[in-house]
Amino acid sequence: MNTGDTAWVLVSAALVMLMTPALAFFYGGMVRAKSVLNMLMLNFIALGVVTVLWLLYGYGLAFGNDVVAGLVGGLDNVGLAGTLGALTGPAGHQVPVLAFAMFQLMFAVITPALISGAIADRAKFWSWVIFLAVWVSLVYFPVAHWVFAFDAPDGSTVGGWLANRIRTLDFAGGTAVHINAGAAGLALALVLGRRRGWPKEPMRPHNVPLVLLGASLLWFGWYGFNAGSALAANDTAALAFANTTVATAAAVLGWLVTEQIRDGRPTTLGAASGAVAGLVAITPACAFVAPLGGAAIGLCAGVLCALAVGLKYRLGFDDSLDVVGVHLVGGIVGTLLIGVFGTTAVNSAGADGLLYGGGFVQLGRQALGAAAVLGYSFVLSLALGWIINKTIGFRVDTETEVVGIDEREHAETAYEFGGGRGTPRSVPASAGAAAVLEGGRP
Amino acid sequence: MKLVTAIIKPFVLDDVKASLERLGVLGMTVSEVQGFGRQKGHTEVYRGAEYAVDFVPKLRVEVLVDEVEVDGVVDAVVEAARTGKIGDGKVWVTPVDMVVRVRTGERGSDAV
Repeated sequence: MNTGDTAWVLVSAALVMLMTPALAFFYGGMVRAKSVLNMLMLNFIALGVVTVLWLLYGYGLAFGNDVVAGLVGGLDNVGLAGTLGALTGPAGHQVPVLAFAMFQLMFAVITPALISGAIADRAKFWSWVIFLAVWVSLVYFPVAHWVFAFDAPDGSTVGGWLANRIRTLDFAGGTAVHINAGAAGLALALVLGRRRGWPKEPMRPHNVPLVLLGASLLWFGWYGFNAGSALAANDTAALAFANTTVATAAAVLGWLVTEQIRDGRPTTLGAASGAVAGLVAITPACAFVAPLGGAAIGLCAGVLCALAVGLKYRLGFDDSLDVVGVHLVGGIVGTLLIGVFGTTAVNSAGADGLLYGGGFVQLGRQALGAAAVLGYSFVLSLALGWIINKTIGFRVDTETEVVGIDEREHAETAYEFGGGRGTPRSVPASAGAAAVLEGGRP
Repeated sequence: MKLVTAIIKPFVLDDVKASLERLGVLGMTVSEVQGFGRQKGHTEVYRGAEYAVDFVPKLRVEVLVDEVEVDGVVDAVVEAARTGKIGDGKVWVTPVDMVVRVRTGERGSDAV
Protein backbone atom coordinates (compact mmCIF):
# COMPACT_ATOMS: atom_id res chain seq x y z
CA MET A 1 0.00 0.00 0.00
CA ASN A 2 1.19 3.49 -0.90
CA THR A 3 0.37 5.72 2.07
CA GLY A 4 0.81 9.00 0.13
CA ASP A 5 -1.65 7.91 -2.53
CA THR A 6 -4.05 6.57 0.09
CA ALA A 7 -3.99 9.89 1.96
CA TRP A 8 -4.78 11.75 -1.25
CA VAL A 9 -7.69 9.46 -2.16
CA LEU A 10 -9.19 9.78 1.33
CA VAL A 11 -8.86 13.59 1.28
CA SER A 12 -10.35 13.66 -2.21
CA ALA A 13 -13.33 11.61 -1.04
CA ALA A 14 -13.95 14.17 1.70
CA LEU A 15 -13.61 17.02 -0.83
CA VAL A 16 -16.17 15.42 -3.13
CA MET A 17 -18.50 14.81 -0.19
CA LEU A 18 -18.56 18.59 0.37
CA MET A 19 -19.73 19.13 -3.20
CA THR A 20 -23.26 17.86 -2.52
CA PRO A 21 -24.01 20.43 0.22
CA ALA A 22 -22.21 23.00 -1.95
CA LEU A 23 -24.53 22.13 -4.81
CA ALA A 24 -27.47 22.46 -2.42
CA PHE A 25 -26.45 26.05 -1.65
CA PHE A 26 -25.71 26.80 -5.32
CA TYR A 27 -29.23 25.64 -6.21
CA GLY A 28 -30.83 26.90 -2.99
CA GLY A 29 -29.83 30.50 -3.65
CA MET A 30 -31.40 30.34 -7.10
CA VAL A 31 -34.89 29.36 -6.01
CA ARG A 32 -37.45 31.61 -4.34
CA ALA A 33 -37.37 32.18 -0.57
CA LYS A 34 -40.43 29.98 -0.08
CA SER A 35 -38.80 26.84 -1.46
CA VAL A 36 -35.13 27.06 -0.47
CA LEU A 37 -35.36 24.41 2.27
CA ASN A 38 -36.97 21.91 -0.09
CA MET A 39 -34.17 22.54 -2.58
CA LEU A 40 -31.51 21.95 0.08
CA MET A 41 -33.29 18.78 1.17
CA LEU A 42 -33.58 17.32 -2.34
CA ASN A 43 -29.78 17.48 -2.46
CA PHE A 44 -28.88 16.61 1.12
CA ILE A 45 -31.07 13.51 1.20
CA ALA A 46 -28.89 12.01 -1.54
CA LEU A 47 -26.14 11.65 1.07
CA GLY A 48 -28.52 9.50 3.10
CA VAL A 49 -30.21 7.39 0.45
CA VAL A 50 -27.35 6.71 -1.96
CA THR A 51 -24.84 5.91 0.78
CA VAL A 52 -27.02 3.14 2.16
CA LEU A 53 -27.68 1.69 -1.31
CA TRP A 54 -23.97 1.90 -2.11
CA LEU A 55 -23.21 -0.16 0.97
CA LEU A 56 -25.91 -2.71 0.14
CA TYR A 57 -25.30 -3.31 -3.58
CA GLY A 58 -24.34 -0.09 -5.37
CA TYR A 59 -20.59 -0.56 -5.21
CA GLY A 60 -20.96 -4.08 -6.59
CA LEU A 61 -23.19 -3.05 -9.50
CA ALA A 62 -20.71 -0.34 -10.44
CA PHE A 63 -17.33 -1.88 -9.73
CA GLY A 64 -17.96 -5.58 -9.14
CA ASN A 65 -16.96 -8.18 -11.72
CA ASP A 66 -18.98 -7.77 -14.93
CA VAL A 67 -22.10 -9.90 -15.31
CA VAL A 68 -22.96 -9.44 -18.97
CA ALA A 69 -21.37 -7.57 -21.89
CA GLY A 70 -19.86 -4.78 -19.82
CA LEU A 71 -23.31 -3.52 -18.81
CA VAL A 72 -23.41 -4.06 -15.05
CA GLY A 73 -21.36 -5.47 -12.19
CA GLY A 74 -22.44 -8.37 -10.03
CA LEU A 75 -23.54 -8.82 -6.46
CA ASP A 76 -20.24 -10.16 -5.11
CA ASN A 77 -19.70 -7.05 -3.03
CA VAL A 78 -23.01 -6.87 -1.14
CA GLY A 79 -22.39 -5.02 2.12
CA LEU A 80 -18.98 -4.00 0.73
CA ALA A 81 -17.91 -7.63 1.09
CA GLY A 82 -14.49 -8.36 -0.36
CA THR A 83 -13.31 -4.77 -0.04
CA LEU A 84 -11.96 -4.87 3.50
CA GLY A 85 -8.21 -5.34 3.54
CA ALA A 86 -8.02 -5.54 -0.26
CA LEU A 87 -5.84 -3.25 -2.34
CA THR A 88 -6.33 -1.81 -5.82
CA GLY A 89 -4.17 0.07 -8.33
CA PRO A 90 -0.90 -0.48 -10.20
CA ALA A 91 2.18 -1.76 -8.40
CA GLY A 92 3.70 0.97 -6.24
CA HIS A 93 0.49 2.98 -6.20
CA GLN A 94 -1.85 0.62 -4.43
CA VAL A 95 -4.59 2.04 -2.22
CA PRO A 96 -7.21 0.27 -0.09
CA VAL A 97 -10.29 -0.76 -2.09
CA LEU A 98 -12.36 0.71 0.75
CA ALA A 99 -10.80 4.16 0.13
CA PHE A 100 -11.62 3.83 -3.58
CA ALA A 101 -15.17 2.70 -2.71
CA MET A 102 -15.75 5.73 -0.47
CA PHE A 103 -14.30 8.08 -3.11
CA GLN A 104 -16.61 6.65 -5.78
CA LEU A 105 -19.58 6.74 -3.39
CA MET A 106 -19.38 10.54 -3.35
CA PHE A 107 -19.77 10.58 -7.15
CA ALA A 108 -22.85 8.39 -6.84
CA VAL A 109 -24.26 10.84 -4.28
CA ILE A 110 -23.79 14.06 -6.22
CA THR A 111 -24.94 12.77 -9.63
CA PRO A 112 -28.64 12.34 -8.76
CA ALA A 113 -28.47 15.51 -6.62
CA LEU A 114 -27.58 17.43 -9.79
CA ILE A 115 -30.91 16.40 -11.33
CA SER A 116 -32.94 18.14 -8.63
CA GLY A 117 -32.27 21.60 -10.09
CA ALA A 118 -34.52 20.76 -13.03
CA ILE A 119 -37.58 20.26 -10.83
CA ALA A 120 -37.15 23.02 -8.24
CA ASP A 121 -40.18 24.38 -6.38
CA ARG A 122 -42.63 21.61 -7.27
CA ALA A 123 -41.51 18.05 -6.42
CA LYS A 124 -42.98 15.96 -3.60
CA PHE A 125 -40.18 15.10 -1.23
CA TRP A 126 -40.90 11.39 -0.76
CA SER A 127 -41.57 10.90 -4.48
CA TRP A 128 -38.14 12.39 -5.11
CA VAL A 129 -36.58 10.01 -2.57
CA ILE A 130 -38.12 7.03 -4.39
CA PHE A 131 -36.93 8.37 -7.74
CA LEU A 132 -33.47 8.88 -6.26
CA ALA A 133 -33.23 5.31 -4.99
CA VAL A 134 -34.49 3.65 -8.17
CA TRP A 135 -32.58 6.00 -10.48
CA VAL A 136 -29.17 5.36 -8.94
CA SER A 137 -29.90 1.62 -8.96
CA LEU A 138 -31.04 1.40 -12.60
CA VAL A 139 -29.11 4.27 -14.15
CA TYR A 140 -26.12 5.56 -12.20
CA PHE A 141 -24.64 2.28 -10.91
CA PRO A 142 -24.70 0.60 -14.35
CA VAL A 143 -23.48 3.71 -16.19
CA ALA A 144 -20.63 4.13 -13.70
CA HIS A 145 -19.77 0.51 -14.53
CA TRP A 146 -19.75 1.29 -18.29
CA VAL A 147 -17.45 4.28 -17.88
CA PHE A 148 -15.35 3.92 -14.71
CA ALA A 149 -14.86 0.15 -14.25
CA PHE A 150 -11.66 -0.94 -15.98
CA ASP A 151 -10.63 -4.51 -16.70
CA ALA A 152 -8.05 -5.71 -14.22
CA PRO A 153 -4.65 -6.08 -15.94
CA ASP A 154 -4.48 -9.71 -14.81
CA GLY A 155 -7.98 -10.40 -16.13
CA SER A 156 -9.37 -11.21 -12.68
CA THR A 157 -12.23 -8.73 -13.03
CA VAL A 158 -13.94 -7.44 -16.17
CA GLY A 159 -15.20 -3.85 -16.42
CA GLY A 160 -17.61 -1.76 -18.49
CA TRP A 161 -18.12 -1.65 -22.25
CA LEU A 162 -17.47 2.06 -22.86
CA ALA A 163 -14.21 2.16 -20.91
CA ASN A 164 -12.74 -1.10 -22.21
CA ARG A 165 -14.37 -2.00 -25.57
CA ILE A 166 -15.22 1.39 -27.12
CA ARG A 167 -12.36 3.15 -25.29
CA THR A 168 -14.34 6.31 -24.62
CA LEU A 169 -12.19 8.56 -22.44
CA ASP A 170 -13.92 10.04 -19.40
CA PHE A 171 -11.47 10.81 -16.62
CA ALA A 172 -13.81 11.97 -13.87
CA GLY A 173 -17.37 11.83 -15.13
CA GLY A 174 -18.35 13.99 -18.11
CA THR A 175 -20.59 11.18 -19.32
CA ALA A 176 -21.39 9.16 -16.19
CA VAL A 177 -22.03 12.21 -14.01
CA HIS A 178 -22.89 15.28 -16.06
CA ILE A 179 -24.47 14.03 -19.29
CA ASN A 180 -26.21 11.40 -17.19
CA ALA A 181 -27.68 13.94 -14.74
CA GLY A 182 -28.41 16.48 -17.48
CA ALA A 183 -30.42 14.02 -19.57
CA ALA A 184 -32.35 12.88 -16.50
CA GLY A 185 -33.02 16.52 -15.59
CA LEU A 186 -34.50 17.13 -19.02
CA ALA A 187 -36.71 14.06 -18.66
CA LEU A 188 -38.01 15.08 -15.23
CA ALA A 189 -38.62 18.69 -16.31
CA LEU A 190 -40.84 17.26 -19.05
CA VAL A 191 -42.63 14.83 -16.72
CA LEU A 192 -43.37 17.37 -13.99
CA GLY A 193 -44.19 20.23 -16.34
CA ARG A 194 -43.79 23.95 -15.83
CA ARG A 195 -44.09 25.75 -12.54
CA ARG A 196 -47.25 27.83 -12.22
CA GLY A 197 -46.67 31.15 -13.88
CA TRP A 198 -43.48 30.14 -15.72
CA PRO A 199 -42.19 31.84 -17.82
CA LYS A 200 -44.45 34.90 -17.42
CA GLU A 201 -44.01 35.47 -13.69
CA PRO A 202 -40.59 36.48 -12.43
CA MET A 203 -38.87 33.70 -10.47
CA ARG A 204 -35.80 35.51 -9.39
CA PRO A 205 -33.00 33.90 -7.39
CA HIS A 206 -33.67 34.84 -3.76
CA ASN A 207 -30.04 34.83 -2.56
CA VAL A 208 -27.30 35.36 -5.13
CA PRO A 209 -24.50 35.49 -2.50
CA LEU A 210 -25.51 31.93 -1.51
CA VAL A 211 -25.21 30.91 -5.17
CA LEU A 212 -21.67 32.27 -5.41
CA LEU A 213 -20.72 30.66 -2.10
CA GLY A 214 -22.05 27.33 -3.37
CA ALA A 215 -20.21 27.68 -6.68
CA SER A 216 -16.96 28.50 -4.85
CA LEU A 217 -17.30 25.46 -2.59
CA LEU A 218 -18.04 23.34 -5.67
CA TRP A 219 -14.85 24.62 -7.29
CA PHE A 220 -12.90 23.71 -4.14
CA GLY A 221 -14.44 20.25 -3.87
CA TRP A 222 -13.94 19.64 -7.58
CA TYR A 223 -10.18 19.31 -7.01
CA GLY A 224 -11.02 16.07 -5.23
CA PHE A 225 -13.38 15.09 -8.03
CA ASN A 226 -10.87 15.63 -10.84
CA ALA A 227 -7.37 15.43 -9.37
CA GLY A 228 -8.52 12.73 -6.98
CA SER A 229 -9.62 10.60 -9.93
CA ALA A 230 -5.93 9.96 -10.61
CA LEU A 231 -6.20 7.73 -7.51
CA ALA A 232 -2.59 8.66 -6.80
CA ALA A 233 -0.70 11.75 -5.67
CA ASN A 234 1.25 11.97 -8.91
CA ASP A 235 1.79 13.94 -12.13
CA THR A 236 -1.62 12.95 -13.52
CA ALA A 237 -3.27 14.41 -10.44
CA ALA A 238 -1.26 17.62 -10.87
CA LEU A 239 -2.28 17.86 -14.54
CA ALA A 240 -5.93 17.34 -13.62
CA PHE A 241 -5.62 19.98 -10.90
CA ALA A 242 -4.04 22.49 -13.29
CA ASN A 243 -6.60 21.88 -16.04
CA THR A 244 -9.46 22.16 -13.56
CA THR A 245 -8.18 25.58 -12.54
CA VAL A 246 -7.45 27.09 -15.96
CA ALA A 247 -10.63 25.73 -17.57
CA THR A 248 -12.81 27.13 -14.80
CA ALA A 249 -11.11 30.53 -14.97
CA ALA A 250 -11.56 30.67 -18.75
CA ALA A 251 -15.20 29.61 -18.46
CA VAL A 252 -15.97 32.43 -16.00
CA LEU A 253 -14.52 34.90 -18.53
CA GLY A 254 -16.36 33.25 -21.44
CA TRP A 255 -19.73 33.41 -19.67
CA LEU A 256 -19.27 37.02 -18.51
CA VAL A 257 -18.16 38.32 -21.92
CA THR A 258 -21.15 36.56 -23.51
CA GLU A 259 -23.44 38.27 -20.98
CA GLN A 260 -21.83 41.67 -21.51
CA ILE A 261 -22.40 41.41 -25.26
CA ARG A 262 -25.92 39.96 -25.03
CA ASP A 263 -27.39 41.65 -21.93
CA GLY A 264 -25.12 44.63 -21.39
CA ARG A 265 -24.05 43.62 -17.86
CA PRO A 266 -21.74 41.03 -16.29
CA THR A 267 -23.71 39.32 -13.47
CA THR A 268 -22.71 37.54 -10.28
CA LEU A 269 -25.03 34.66 -11.16
CA GLY A 270 -23.27 34.50 -14.53
CA ALA A 271 -19.84 34.27 -12.88
CA ALA A 272 -21.04 31.45 -10.62
CA SER A 273 -22.70 29.65 -13.53
CA GLY A 274 -19.64 30.08 -15.74
CA ALA A 275 -17.42 28.52 -13.09
CA VAL A 276 -19.68 25.48 -12.81
CA ALA A 277 -19.92 25.16 -16.62
CA GLY A 278 -16.12 25.16 -16.84
CA LEU A 279 -15.79 22.59 -14.06
CA VAL A 280 -18.33 20.35 -15.77
CA ALA A 281 -16.63 20.53 -19.16
CA ILE A 282 -13.10 19.89 -17.92
CA THR A 283 -14.19 16.92 -15.79
CA PRO A 284 -13.87 14.23 -18.50
CA ALA A 285 -10.85 15.89 -20.12
CA CYS A 286 -8.73 17.08 -17.19
CA ALA A 287 -6.06 14.35 -17.43
CA PHE A 288 -5.97 14.04 -21.23
CA VAL A 289 -5.27 17.60 -22.45
CA ALA A 290 -2.46 20.14 -22.07
CA PRO A 291 -3.30 23.23 -19.97
CA LEU A 292 -3.83 25.40 -23.07
CA GLY A 293 -6.29 22.81 -24.36
CA GLY A 294 -7.94 22.81 -20.95
CA ALA A 295 -8.38 26.57 -21.07
CA ALA A 296 -9.84 26.30 -24.58
CA ILE A 297 -12.36 23.70 -23.38
CA GLY A 298 -13.34 25.96 -20.46
CA LEU A 299 -13.77 28.97 -22.74
CA CYS A 300 -15.98 26.97 -25.14
CA ALA A 301 -18.09 25.72 -22.24
CA GLY A 302 -18.48 29.20 -20.73
CA VAL A 303 -19.73 30.68 -24.01
CA LEU A 304 -21.86 27.73 -25.15
CA CYS A 305 -23.54 27.14 -21.77
CA ALA A 306 -24.31 30.87 -21.41
CA LEU A 307 -26.09 30.64 -24.76
CA ALA A 308 -27.69 27.26 -23.99
CA VAL A 309 -29.52 28.40 -20.83
CA GLY A 310 -31.80 30.50 -23.04
CA LEU A 311 -33.00 27.44 -24.98
CA LYS A 312 -35.62 26.44 -22.43
CA TYR A 313 -37.57 29.63 -23.14
CA ARG A 314 -37.51 28.90 -26.88
CA LEU A 315 -38.46 25.25 -26.46
CA GLY A 316 -40.84 25.79 -23.55
CA PHE A 317 -39.57 23.34 -20.91
CA ASP A 318 -39.08 24.56 -17.34
CA ASP A 319 -35.64 23.22 -16.45
CA SER A 320 -35.73 25.54 -13.45
CA LEU A 321 -32.04 25.89 -12.59
CA ASP A 322 -30.56 24.98 -15.99
CA VAL A 323 -29.36 21.43 -15.37
CA VAL A 324 -29.61 20.88 -19.13
CA GLY A 325 -27.95 24.15 -20.13
CA VAL A 326 -25.03 23.71 -17.76
CA HIS A 327 -24.54 19.98 -17.08
CA LEU A 328 -25.81 18.31 -20.24
CA VAL A 329 -24.35 20.89 -22.61
CA GLY A 330 -21.15 21.33 -20.56
CA GLY A 331 -20.74 17.56 -20.27
CA ILE A 332 -21.14 17.07 -24.02
CA VAL A 333 -18.70 19.91 -24.78
CA GLY A 334 -16.01 18.44 -22.52
CA THR A 335 -16.55 14.84 -23.59
CA LEU A 336 -16.39 15.65 -27.31
CA LEU A 337 -13.47 18.07 -27.07
CA ILE A 338 -11.22 15.31 -25.75
CA GLY A 339 -11.45 14.13 -29.37
CA VAL A 340 -10.07 17.51 -30.44
CA PHE A 341 -7.57 18.62 -27.76
CA GLY A 342 -6.55 15.20 -26.39
CA THR A 343 -2.81 14.42 -26.59
CA THR A 344 -0.75 11.44 -25.52
CA ALA A 345 2.13 13.85 -24.89
CA VAL A 346 0.64 14.63 -21.47
CA ASN A 347 -0.77 11.19 -20.64
CA SER A 348 0.07 7.93 -22.36
CA ALA A 349 -3.26 6.49 -21.21
CA GLY A 350 -5.06 9.14 -23.24
CA ALA A 351 -5.42 9.56 -26.99
CA ASP A 352 -4.45 12.00 -29.73
CA GLY A 353 -7.34 14.17 -30.86
CA LEU A 354 -8.03 16.01 -34.08
CA LEU A 355 -5.46 18.75 -33.40
CA TYR A 356 -2.72 16.25 -32.50
CA GLY A 357 -2.84 14.02 -35.56
CA GLY A 358 -5.28 11.47 -34.18
CA GLY A 359 -7.90 12.11 -36.84
CA PHE A 360 -11.55 11.52 -36.06
CA VAL A 361 -11.10 8.16 -34.31
CA GLN A 362 -11.21 9.38 -30.71
CA LEU A 363 -13.87 11.98 -31.51
CA GLY A 364 -16.09 9.13 -32.74
CA ARG A 365 -15.48 7.12 -29.56
CA GLN A 366 -16.33 10.17 -27.47
CA ALA A 367 -19.52 10.85 -29.44
CA LEU A 368 -20.63 7.22 -29.07
CA GLY A 369 -20.03 7.30 -25.31
CA ALA A 370 -21.89 10.59 -24.91
CA ALA A 371 -24.84 9.43 -27.02
CA ALA A 372 -25.11 6.07 -25.24
CA VAL A 373 -25.25 7.62 -21.77
CA LEU A 374 -27.55 10.44 -22.90
CA GLY A 375 -30.03 8.09 -24.55
CA TYR A 376 -30.05 5.49 -21.77
CA SER A 377 -30.43 8.04 -19.01
CA PHE A 378 -33.12 10.06 -20.81
CA VAL A 379 -35.30 7.06 -21.66
CA LEU A 380 -35.10 5.41 -18.25
CA SER A 381 -35.57 8.69 -16.38
CA LEU A 382 -38.60 9.55 -18.50
CA ALA A 383 -40.15 6.13 -17.84
CA LEU A 384 -39.36 6.15 -14.13
CA GLY A 385 -40.59 9.72 -13.64
CA TRP A 386 -43.77 8.93 -15.58
CA ILE A 387 -44.52 5.86 -13.47
CA ILE A 388 -44.00 7.73 -10.20
CA ASN A 389 -46.15 10.60 -11.44
CA LYS A 390 -48.98 8.25 -12.46
CA THR A 391 -48.95 6.25 -9.24
CA ILE A 392 -48.08 8.27 -6.13
CA GLY A 393 -47.76 11.64 -7.91
CA PHE A 394 -44.50 13.52 -8.38
CA ARG A 395 -45.81 17.05 -8.19
CA VAL A 396 -47.20 18.98 -5.23
CA ASP A 397 -50.73 20.42 -5.50
CA THR A 398 -51.32 23.94 -6.72
CA GLU A 399 -51.93 25.42 -3.29
CA THR A 400 -48.67 24.04 -1.92
CA GLU A 401 -46.83 25.44 -4.88
CA VAL A 402 -48.31 28.90 -4.38
CA VAL A 403 -48.11 29.05 -0.58
CA GLY A 404 -44.63 27.58 -0.52
CA ILE A 405 -43.32 24.07 -0.64
CA ASP A 406 -41.19 24.59 2.50
CA GLU A 407 -44.19 25.36 4.65
CA ARG A 408 -46.44 22.64 3.24
CA GLU A 409 -43.99 19.80 2.56
CA HIS A 410 -41.61 20.31 5.50
CA ALA A 411 -43.50 22.46 8.06
CA GLU A 412 -40.61 24.93 8.13
CA THR A 413 -39.66 28.27 6.64
CA ALA A 414 -36.09 29.30 5.95
CA TYR A 415 -36.23 32.89 7.12
CA GLU A 416 -38.15 34.81 9.73
CA PHE A 417 -39.13 38.11 8.16
CA GLY A 418 -40.04 40.60 10.86
CA GLY A 419 -40.57 39.47 14.44
CA GLY A 420 -43.38 37.75 16.17
CA ARG A 421 -44.04 34.87 13.80
CA GLY A 422 -45.39 32.02 15.80
CA THR A 423 -45.65 31.15 19.44
CA PRO A 424 -44.87 27.67 20.74
CA ARG A 425 -48.01 25.57 20.74
CA SER A 426 -46.41 22.39 22.02
CA VAL A 427 -42.96 21.17 22.93
CA PRO A 428 -41.59 17.67 22.51
CA ALA A 429 -42.43 15.50 25.50
CA SER A 430 -38.75 14.89 26.08
CA ALA A 431 -38.13 18.60 26.68
CA GLY A 432 -39.84 18.40 30.06
CA ALA A 433 -41.74 20.99 32.08
CA ALA A 434 -38.84 23.44 32.51
CA ALA A 435 -38.76 24.18 28.80
CA VAL A 436 -42.45 24.97 28.79
CA LEU A 437 -42.00 27.56 31.53
CA GLU A 438 -38.97 29.14 29.89
CA GLY A 439 -40.85 29.36 26.62
CA GLY A 440 -42.62 32.42 27.98
CA ARG A 441 -46.21 31.48 27.45
CA PRO A 442 -47.83 28.74 29.47
CA MET B 1 -51.29 70.78 13.58
CA LYS B 2 -50.14 69.16 10.39
CA LEU B 3 -48.59 65.86 9.36
CA VAL B 4 -45.82 66.24 6.81
CA THR B 5 -45.27 62.99 4.91
CA ALA B 6 -42.30 62.64 2.58
CA ILE B 7 -41.40 59.77 0.26
CA ILE B 8 -37.66 60.06 -0.36
CA LYS B 9 -34.73 58.12 -1.77
CA PRO B 10 -33.16 56.05 1.01
CA PHE B 11 -29.70 57.56 0.73
CA VAL B 12 -30.87 61.17 1.37
CA LEU B 13 -32.26 60.30 4.82
CA ASP B 14 -29.24 61.63 6.71
CA ASP B 15 -29.46 64.99 4.88
CA VAL B 16 -33.19 65.27 5.52
CA LYS B 17 -32.75 64.41 9.18
CA ALA B 18 -29.91 66.93 9.61
CA SER B 19 -31.80 69.78 8.03
CA LEU B 20 -34.92 69.08 10.11
CA GLU B 21 -32.83 69.02 13.26
CA ARG B 22 -31.41 72.44 12.30
CA LEU B 23 -35.01 73.72 12.17
CA GLY B 24 -35.58 72.44 15.68
CA VAL B 25 -37.84 69.52 14.74
CA LEU B 26 -37.71 67.15 17.71
CA GLY B 27 -38.98 63.87 16.28
CA MET B 28 -39.79 61.92 13.17
CA THR B 29 -40.94 58.48 12.09
CA VAL B 30 -39.17 56.63 9.26
CA SER B 31 -40.43 53.50 7.52
CA GLU B 32 -39.13 51.43 4.63
CA VAL B 33 -41.66 51.31 1.82
CA GLN B 34 -41.85 50.21 -1.81
CA GLY B 35 -43.60 51.83 -4.69
CA PHE B 36 -43.30 53.57 -7.99
CA GLY B 37 -44.11 56.88 -9.57
CA ARG B 38 -43.02 58.25 -12.90
CA GLN B 39 -39.62 56.69 -12.34
CA LYS B 40 -41.16 53.20 -12.69
CA GLY B 41 -39.12 50.19 -11.57
CA HIS B 42 -35.96 48.76 -13.03
CA THR B 43 -34.90 45.65 -14.92
CA GLU B 44 -32.81 42.77 -13.56
CA VAL B 45 -31.21 40.02 -15.65
CA TYR B 46 -30.64 36.45 -14.42
CA ARG B 47 -28.96 34.03 -16.83
CA GLY B 48 -30.17 36.17 -19.71
CA ALA B 49 -33.81 36.28 -18.57
CA GLU B 50 -35.06 39.82 -17.87
CA TYR B 51 -37.25 40.57 -14.89
CA ALA B 52 -39.05 43.88 -14.43
CA VAL B 53 -38.90 44.99 -10.81
CA ASP B 54 -41.97 47.23 -10.48
CA PHE B 55 -41.54 48.51 -6.95
CA VAL B 56 -38.55 50.57 -5.91
CA PRO B 57 -37.41 50.79 -2.27
CA LYS B 58 -38.10 54.21 -0.72
CA LEU B 59 -38.31 55.70 2.74
CA ARG B 60 -41.40 57.39 4.17
CA VAL B 61 -40.62 60.15 6.66
CA GLU B 62 -43.43 61.47 8.81
CA VAL B 63 -43.16 64.62 10.92
CA LEU B 64 -45.81 66.23 13.11
CA VAL B 65 -45.50 70.04 13.14
CA ASP B 66 -47.35 73.19 14.22
CA GLU B 67 -49.13 75.06 11.46
CA VAL B 68 -46.68 77.97 11.61
CA GLU B 69 -43.69 75.70 10.99
CA VAL B 70 -45.17 73.76 8.11
CA ASP B 71 -43.74 75.69 5.16
CA GLY B 72 -40.27 75.76 6.63
CA VAL B 73 -40.31 72.02 7.25
CA VAL B 74 -41.61 71.21 3.78
CA ASP B 75 -38.99 73.42 2.16
CA ALA B 76 -36.23 71.86 4.25
CA VAL B 77 -37.26 68.33 3.31
CA VAL B 78 -37.62 69.15 -0.38
CA GLU B 79 -34.25 70.87 -0.50
CA ALA B 80 -32.44 68.08 1.34
CA ALA B 81 -34.06 65.29 -0.69
CA ARG B 82 -33.61 66.79 -4.14
CA THR B 83 -31.02 65.21 -6.44
CA GLY B 84 -32.61 66.58 -9.61
CA LYS B 85 -33.00 63.07 -11.05
CA ILE B 86 -36.25 61.21 -11.62
CA GLY B 87 -37.47 59.32 -8.55
CA ASP B 88 -36.73 61.99 -5.93
CA GLY B 89 -40.14 61.42 -4.35
CA LYS B 90 -42.97 63.59 -3.03
CA VAL B 91 -43.91 65.57 0.05
CA TRP B 92 -47.46 66.24 1.15
CA VAL B 93 -49.20 67.80 4.13
CA THR B 94 -52.36 66.60 5.84
CA PRO B 95 -54.32 68.18 8.69
CA VAL B 96 -54.22 66.44 12.08
CA ASP B 97 -57.21 66.68 14.47
CA MET B 98 -55.63 65.56 17.69
CA VAL B 99 -52.24 64.61 19.10
CA VAL B 100 -51.63 63.10 22.54
CA ARG B 101 -48.24 62.50 24.17
CA VAL B 102 -48.63 59.08 25.68
CA ARG B 103 -46.33 59.58 28.68
CA THR B 104 -47.87 62.81 30.03
CA GLY B 105 -51.31 62.96 28.48
CA GLU B 106 -50.55 66.44 27.01
CA ARG B 107 -52.81 67.29 24.09
CA GLY B 108 -52.67 69.47 20.98
CA SER B 109 -49.66 71.69 20.22
CA ASP B 110 -48.05 70.88 23.56
CA ALA B 111 -47.79 67.26 22.50
CA VAL B 112 -46.04 67.95 19.18
